[in-house]
Amino acid sequence: MTAMLTSTWYPLCSVDALEPERGVAALLPDGTQIAIFRTHDDTVFALANQDPFTGAMVLSRGIVGDKAGRPVVCSPMYKQAFDLRTGECLDDPARNVTQYPVRVVDGVLEVELS
Amino acid sequence: MVKTLIVAGNGMVGHHLVRTLRARDTEGAWRVIVCAEESRPAYDRVALSSYATHWDPTQLYLESVDDQVELRLGEPVLTVDRAARVVQTAGGTLSYDALVLATGSYPFVPPVPGRDLDGCFTYRTIEDLDAIRSRAASAGSGVVIGGGLLGLEAAGLLRDLGLKVDIVEFAPRLMPLQVDEAGGALLRRLIEDMGVKVHTDAAAQFIECGSEVDDVRGRFSPEHRQLRDSNPVEGLTLSLSSGTLLDTDLIVFSAGVRPRDELADQAGLVKGERGGFLVDEHCRTHDEHIWAIGECAAVDGRCYGLVAPGYSMAEAVAEQLLGSPQAFPGADLSTKLKLMGVGVASFGETTGPLDVVYNDPATGNYAKLVLSDDAQTLLGGMLVGDTDAYGILKASVGSPLPAAPLALLAPAGTSSAEVELPGSAQVCSCHAVSKHALCTAIHEQELTDVPGIKACTKAGTGCGGCVPMLNQLLKKELAKQGKTVSKALCEHFTQSRQELFDIVRVAGIGTFSQLIAEHGTGRGCDICKPAVASILASLGGGHILGTDQVALQDTNDRYLANIQRDGTYSVVPRIPGGEITPDKLIVIGEVARDFGLYTKITGGQRIDMFGARVEQLPLIWKRLVDAGFESGHAYGKSLRTVKSCVGSTWCRYGVQDSVGMAVELELRYRGLRSPHKLKSAVSGCARECAEARSKDFGIIATDQGWNLYVGGNGGTTPRHADLLVSDVDSETLIRTIDRFLMFYIRTADRLQRTATWLESLDGGLDYLRGVIIDDSLGICAELDAAMATHVESYADEWAGVLQDKEKLARFSSFVNAPAQPDPSISFREERGQKVPVLLGLPGRNQP
Ligand code: SRM
Ligand SMILES: Cc1cc2nc3c(=O)[nH]c(=O)nc-3n(C[C@H](O)[C@H](O)[C@H](O)COP(=O)(O)OP(=O)(O)OC[C@H]3O[C@@H](n4cnc5c(N)ncnc54)[C@H](O)[C@@H]3O)c2cc1C
Ligand code: SF4
Ligand code: FES
Repeated sequence: MTAMLTSTWYPLCSVDALEPERGVAALLPDGTQIAIFRTHDDTVFALANQDPFTGAMVLSRGIVGDKAGRPVVCSPMYKQAFDLRTGECLDDPARNVTQYPVRVVDGVLEVELS
Repeated sequence: MVKTLIVAGNGMVGHHLVRTLRARDTEGAWRVIVCAEESRPAYDRVALSSYATHWDPTQLYLESVDDQVELRLGEPVLTVDRAARVVQTAGGTLSYDALVLATGSYPFVPPVPGRDLDGCFTYRTIEDLDAIRSRAASAGSGVVIGGGLLGLEAAGLLRDLGLKVDIVEFAPRLMPLQVDEAGGALLRRLIEDMGVKVHTDAAAQFIECGSEVDDVRGRFSPEHRQLRDSNPVEGLTLSLSSGTLLDTDLIVFSAGVRPRDELADQAGLVKGERGGFLVDEHCRTHDEHIWAIGECAAVDGRCYGLVAPGYSMAEAVAEQLLGSPQAFPGADLSTKLKLMGVGVASFGETTGPLDVVYNDPATGNYAKLVLSDDAQTLLGGMLVGDTDAYGILKASVGSPLPAAPLALLAPAGTSSAEVELPGSAQVCSCHAVSKHALCTAIHEQELTDVPGIKACTKAGTGCGGCVPMLNQLLKKELAKQGKTVSKALCEHFTQSRQELFDIVRVAGIGTFSQLIAEHGTGRGCDICKPAVASILASLGGGHILGTDQVALQDTNDRYLANIQRDGTYSVVPRIPGGEITPDKLIVIGEVARDFGLYTKITGGQRIDMFGARVEQLPLIWKRLVDAGFESGHAYGKSLRTVKSCVGSTWCRYGVQDSVGMAVELELRYRGLRSPHKLKSAVSGCARECAEARSKDFGIIATDQGWNLYVGGNGGTTPRHADLLVSDVDSETLIRTIDRFLMFYIRTADRLQRTATWLESLDGGLDYLRGVIIDDSLGICAELDAAMATHVESYADEWAGVLQDKEKLARFSSFVNAPAQPDPSISFREERGQKVPVLLGLPGRNQP
């Protein structure tokens, strides 16, 4: 819980730079890569950009959609699905990815750094 | 002690015996010697007529036997010494412990004076067909004597060879053994509609050498006439008992077969009343060391002229040789054939206490069911025209009717899938496979497709008549296992790809959102989005990175490049036909050098450059497009390459310009989006250096024009393409390919290549030919128009990106640092070029 207190919100881009139902990659100050997604209802999500099955930095390039009602992105490599809200891997629970809190303030997308 | 089996005859049945014995004799109890009269390997006589579609004997050859079997080709058994248990061949004396006679039949030629004249043929061997073919090359007309099953096959062949054909039949109707009068009348009409003249109630009386037949009917083409002038054929005149005189250039006798039992007298074996080696129900002669099987055997006095009973005899004898007393179970004489495009089938009894007849001259369908007198049990029947119900009906013989008679008979009146067969019903009669055996195999071997069933049970590998039944059975069994063979594309659409294609086309739907809102549920996924994107693109939906479409594309289409394992992309410019100028080669070299790309010649006759980052792609393509290159669509489910061999321009064997044709085809079909990728190749002669027969559509030059093969595949399950049309000119070739591709695009499943599509097409190649050549569905004009639209509206996808700021902006590495190279990508060197350094997998992640 201490993390909450010391966390800061880091601005990334204008939310208009995101296309609905697609993702983009973003670079955090420490060199970490995250994948940001905007769904059809304009909700934004962020996950780690690294595909846990291959190690390649590509999750942002996956297809966005839903599986059994859960919003997901599918890895462009071998198509495993990840829940956009939690980073949970629907195909293999041992390969969940980190989920990052994001918000939109005055049209600017921000990610919480901890 | 290893015993010796000698098999006399290497026809279909002898071969089947040897293969069965080799498979079951796991202890190696028998050494096998085959004495064969014919000098080529055993071949599929049942498929003999198909030889005329390729003239390649090897395509008829049956699976070879292992090298434990001593094959003595061209070395018939001349005599048998039963006391000494030896046979004599030209090669020497061979001892046996068991002798199996499988000498087959010979074609019966009625004693008509003149039957030995040049131009008279029989129809039983590959050599017979070769001889007919060479005579037909300089002939204008032919007569077939005999209107039975084989006679009609022979007539079909002559017609396909371009001759005007007459059939002479002694009985009052065609196929007198299989069909009744009404069925025969319809059959005759359908066959006469094809321009073949039928003379029934007529016997051949004598044949004379005519003076050279004048072209009175004006039926010879100019080339024909030229051929005849350079190679004059002496015409024949055939006199019929009806008084008719037929002038003709060749005559094929097809008046039945007689068992080849000539060894019987010499060896002191007993013959059946109508010939054939007389054997008991175990196929054994009165000599306990000698058996007879196949067409030469008179089992309890009766000969069988079909292959399936022969196979059962072979299996029975194989079992006996291995010590179990299996008898010949009797035979099913059902047949289903397509003769000159007309379906004819008969099964079980064809006359009986009670008939139900359906006769519809308007649609050309006749069907008759023979029932027991209480109308409860199906005894047999016949079908002329539409024979779709054959499988279900034949399998129901001896059982209660599976549905109301009319529902079974009226064409398309029943989908036999809804009818339940008894487990004992024989679904494949060629290999005697019951429904029960098929179901067991499907469940135990976890089969999911027809090729799997074929491999596992052999069902469907004979005449192929049972394949539609196999399809239906498979669907049902899978459904029972809860493996939904639902055609639903994915959880968002209950429709199949084909249905969605029709919906989009007919309703004019332009976007994925509209389609899913009106016809699906949810938001879509990695399966339906690219599939629908492909459908929209096939129907001319504009640039694939347009606003409506970009979100649908899988990463390769999204970046117009192929993703690699480190997240970089490869770049493949189109090099039509594999032909490239030195200047363009230099450009590729320079681009690769300047951007530090790994280069490789692909298996598709072009050059791949690897290791490009997303933000580099537009810069690389700018250079390529400026130098005149365009997208090679290595990333798309669309045309990949049309490979070529060098062809007649340079090659001393080439007979057509294969490079020119390959370039033309590649330019015509470039960018065409399809259910799966499409590949093609053009070879300049039969040596086939371009490997065209492994392609979705492959073209091989002939001295007359082009042969077109379709449905080939390399890859995981290789398949040789099938010959669709031969010796066509360039225009016909292209029109035929246009239709083939458009029909495939409309009807295939998602990610189904043409090979599996063709295999799963009910009616197979004949059906395909019907649709795209004879226009049986009346859609050819539409298919042609669709291709014309594609060709006109083609535009290079990469040029389209370079001209459009919005599209260009999508090629950035990071949304907050668009031009910064991905720092995680790095390379090392191998054999003088850059190769990727892979990242390790991330550690355990918290949700
Ligand atoms: C580059 C190349 C290998 C090479 O270095 O030579 C290649 C590379 C790939 N092939 Fe291939 N295939 C290449 C020629 C072939 C050939 C040979 C040919 O085309 O004559 C075949 C067999 C012929 C055939 O397709 O029938 C071939 C059969 C496959 C298959 C199996 C297809 C099948 O029906 O079983 C796949 C998998 C698939 O498509 O589902 C595949 C898939 C792939 C993919 C797309 C796999 C992937 O998703 O990463 C590879 C990426 C291409 C890239 O990054 O550029 N590749 N692939 C060849 C590109 C040819 C070109 O110029 O476009
Ligand atoms: C054009 C055509 C179409 C047909 N269509 C069908 C069909 O659709 N369905 C169906 O069930 N059947 C069909 N048949 C019949 C089928 O081909 C035969 O039933 C089958 O081939 C019989 O096999 P077999 O081994 O008994 O005889 P064959 O295949 O005739 O083989 C006998 C072999 O023995 C050889 N031989 C003869 N004497 C000797 C000797 N002394 N020593 C060594 N070898 C010898 C012969 O040269 C021959 O190679 C068709 C036949 C033809 C010609
Ligand atoms: S197929 Fe071979 S032999 Fe024929 S033209 Fe091409 S390169 Fe020459
Ligand atoms: S019935 Fe001939 S292959 Fe099955």
